[in-house]
Amino acid sequence: MNYQNLSPQLRRSIWPVAGLLVLLLTNVLIAPEFFSIEIKDGRLYGSLIDVLNRAAPVALLAIGMTLVIATGGVDLSVGSVMAIAGAVSAGLIVSGVDSVFLVIGGGLLAGLAAGFVNGFLVGYFGIQPIVATLILMVAGRGVAQLINSGQIVTFHHEGFEFLGVGYLFGLPFPIILVIITFVLVQLLMRRTALGLFVEGVGANASASHYIGINDKLIKLMVYCLSGLCAALAGMIAAADIGGSDANNAGLWLELDAILAVVIGGASLMGGRFSLFLSIIGALIIQALTITIILSGVPPKFNLLIKAAAIIVILLLQSPEFRRQLGRIKQWRRA
Amino acid sequence: MNTDNTLLALRGVVKTFPGVKALDGVDFTLRKGEIHALLGENGAGKSTLIKVMTGVYRRDGGDISLEDKPIHPANTGDAQNLGISTVYQEVNLLPNLTVAQNLFLGLEPKRFGCIDWRRMNREARELLAGYELDLDVTAALNTYSVAIQQLIAIARGVSMSAKVLILDEPTASLDADEVASLFKIMRELRDKGIGIVFVTHFLDQVYAVCDRITVLRNGALVGEFEAASLSQQDLVSHMLGKALEKAVHEKIEHADAESRDKLFELKGARSQALEALDLSVSAGQVVGLAGLLGSGRTELCKLVFGVDGLVAGDAELNGQHVRFTNPRQAVVAGLGLCPEDRKKDGIFGPMSIRENMIMALQNKRGWWRYIPMKKQRELAERYVKALKIATSDIEKPINQLSGGNQQKVILARWLAAEPRLMLLDEPTRGIDVGAHAEIIQLIRQLCAQGLGLIVASSELDELVEFSDKVIVMRDRRKVAEVSGNEITQQRIMQAIAGQPQAS
Repeated sequence: MNYQNLSPQLRRSIWPVAGLLVLLLTNVLIAPEFFSIEIKDGRLYGSLIDVLNRAAPVALLAIGMTLVIATGGVDLSVGSVMAIAGAVSAGLIVSGVDSVFLVIGGGLLAGLAAGFVNGFLVGYFGIQPIVATLILMVAGRGVAQLINSGQIVTFHHEGFEFLGVGYLFGLPFPIILVIITFVLVQLLMRRTALGLFVEGVGANASASHYIGINDKLIKLMVYCLSGLCAALAGMIAAADIGGSDANNAGLWLELDAILAVVIGGASLMGGRFSLFLSIIGALIIQALTITIILSGVPPKFNLLIKAAAIIVILLLQSPEFRRQLGRIKQWRRA
Repeated sequence: MNTDNTLLALRGVVKTFPGVKALDGVDFTLRKGEIHALLGENGAGKSTLIKVMTGVYRRDGGDISLEDKPIHPANTGDAQNLGISTVYQEVNLLPNLTVAQNLFLGLEPKRFGCIDWRRMNREARELLAGYELDLDVTAALNTYSVAIQQLIAIARGVSMSAKVLILDEPTASLDADEVASLFKIMRELRDKGIGIVFVTHFLDQVYAVCDRITVLRNGALVGEFEAASLSQQDLVSHMLGKALEKAVHEKIEHADAESRDKLFELKGARSQALEALDLSVSAGQVVGLAGLLGSGRTELCKLVFGVDGLVAGDAELNGQHVRFTNPRQAVVAGLGLCPEDRKKDGIFGPMSIRENMIMALQNKRGWWRYIPMKKQRELAERYVKALKIATSDIEKPINQLSGGNQQKVILARWLAAEPRLMLLDEPTRGIDVGAHAEIIQLIRQLCAQGLGLIVASSELDELVEFSDKVIVMRDRRKVAEVSGNEITQQRIMQAIAGQPQAS
């Protein structure tokens, strides 16, 4: 089949998906048992499951980030919001709240509040997204430290820890959470007109305004959703280690989330978005980390190799780069 | 043909896009010291041809030679170095930099490795003096009018040792005086031996300055003509590919407007940008807004539509008091606006024709009542057919369409939302003859269906053709209201001229 004849959606999907497949195949070459999955006590174990499980927090962040980026914005605060949500949940548990719904609800509410602040600053005051969310990126960790009174708060709460270490239908629960969130947000965006409006606001805010789309409310909404996703990711991280570390929870993950969205092929200028491809992006980042570990390269090279691999992936996606590549091929043939 | 004189020659140029042959073996010859019009309908291939000449696109076949040497411009910078400069309709300079910085961008005079500001500003002044422009070259470019900016862009292009100057619809947003001074400069440049390619939709202007004319249609060359020996009527039939049916110039029966119920009324309404004025539109009535550029036509549209808030006065829709503080309220109440600046305020560039069309209707229905995909497609297909939008696919991004087709998509967007009152701000700007006639036809149809229309236009003949009433604006004030059989170009022109302007 000719590449030019593919539908635009398919054409956009091809590169990230191919990138992920190449990485996974590389892993198999390095470690032949990579694809093997065992079933113990009705639970699935294996490197592949591990990749999915570990990618879950970034995948959740990437879902929210995709929508924010689609409106032409960016949310730098998601890492800090993870810390806040973790701290709120941990605080609720140690102060004696037993209901898992209250604990999770508290964390989500904190994320929603953070998203509301971001969205209000961006939507209603027209502050540049990068600046507006930078405020909470810095201040958010402070808030989390305040909630924790400057300590690392550890807790034991079986119901809550299920978020991070539980299994459902044989899969680690974080994976299930990502799937549920993806399906819900996808339905919300594509079964209603919200996705269309999000893309419209991102593609041309002024035209959206002239049509009467409530662009401010749309912006507020996407930052709120991003806050909720971050809170979920933060609670998974806290539940995973059984504690809330305000300094390190979700540290730098906002950058991984942005990267995941970009690898998924979204433009930072706003417009078109694909939640599915952003999740593929998150998986690529995680698969890459595993590749580096498996290959036995000294850990000090990790970051450099990661950067190099990402440059290759992004270059392959750039139409301009592919055009140049094609030209070189033509020239050599001639 | 006199080959000695040939400056730029294109032979058999081919350019294909997925599914479309945009240029099919086109020849084009530009001589030294001539102004050569490149004409054709929307989608004829003018823009593509220009982009091939200037290196924006790479041709898929054919030859281009400049002064008998084959050239392969790979990008615009490349073309500029070869001596091909382009000035676009939307001036693509940097509005926040100074005039001098724009003139010398990338070519700044240096002294000890640093920019020699004094020399740069002095040379900028000297350069502009050649165009009879006496400007403060240290002021930001956007402090000057579009016309001046266009002249500055031309000066920049020519100063970079241009042999070929391409002007892509330079006159679209200029008034008559500005056009005259542009033409004067074009003639001077021609006399210096520069070859000028002039793309425009104004046929009168073609005959005013051009020596020769090349006509394209559907990506193919129709012919090359001497301007002096081609009648305007023949030119139009070449562009349209059919003999022009005699344009219907007889006036429509004027709706006896005042006897009907008022659809929308402004009473003593004032915005930040406008002085107090009255306006009324009835169902099935077309109210034209006339006036020079900057006279307040656009501002009046914005006031009605709620983009600019009402500062004082009263607005009524169907006799009900309304006060729109943003477009959303106006849309919900049944208004629609096709904005003047299509690119900035109208189209969602990367989104498909279908999505662009359903946007307004969808917004009216609310986000939770998503229009089923099947219905979206039906709707888009229907309007593509009804408005004769030239496209192979409704899923094509709108920014791949020509200007006229984009305008039709935006019209379709509002028609789909079934408004009661439509505001069209310069609906025919930058649109070729064929689409122009179709849009005017459409305005009449809509009016017959009982829609109220407010149409702002700088083309008087078109206002006279379809308006039941014309409101004339000057200096952000309503200066006259002409209705019925009094509507003539002369009467409107008198009102516009009124008294000598205070400035």
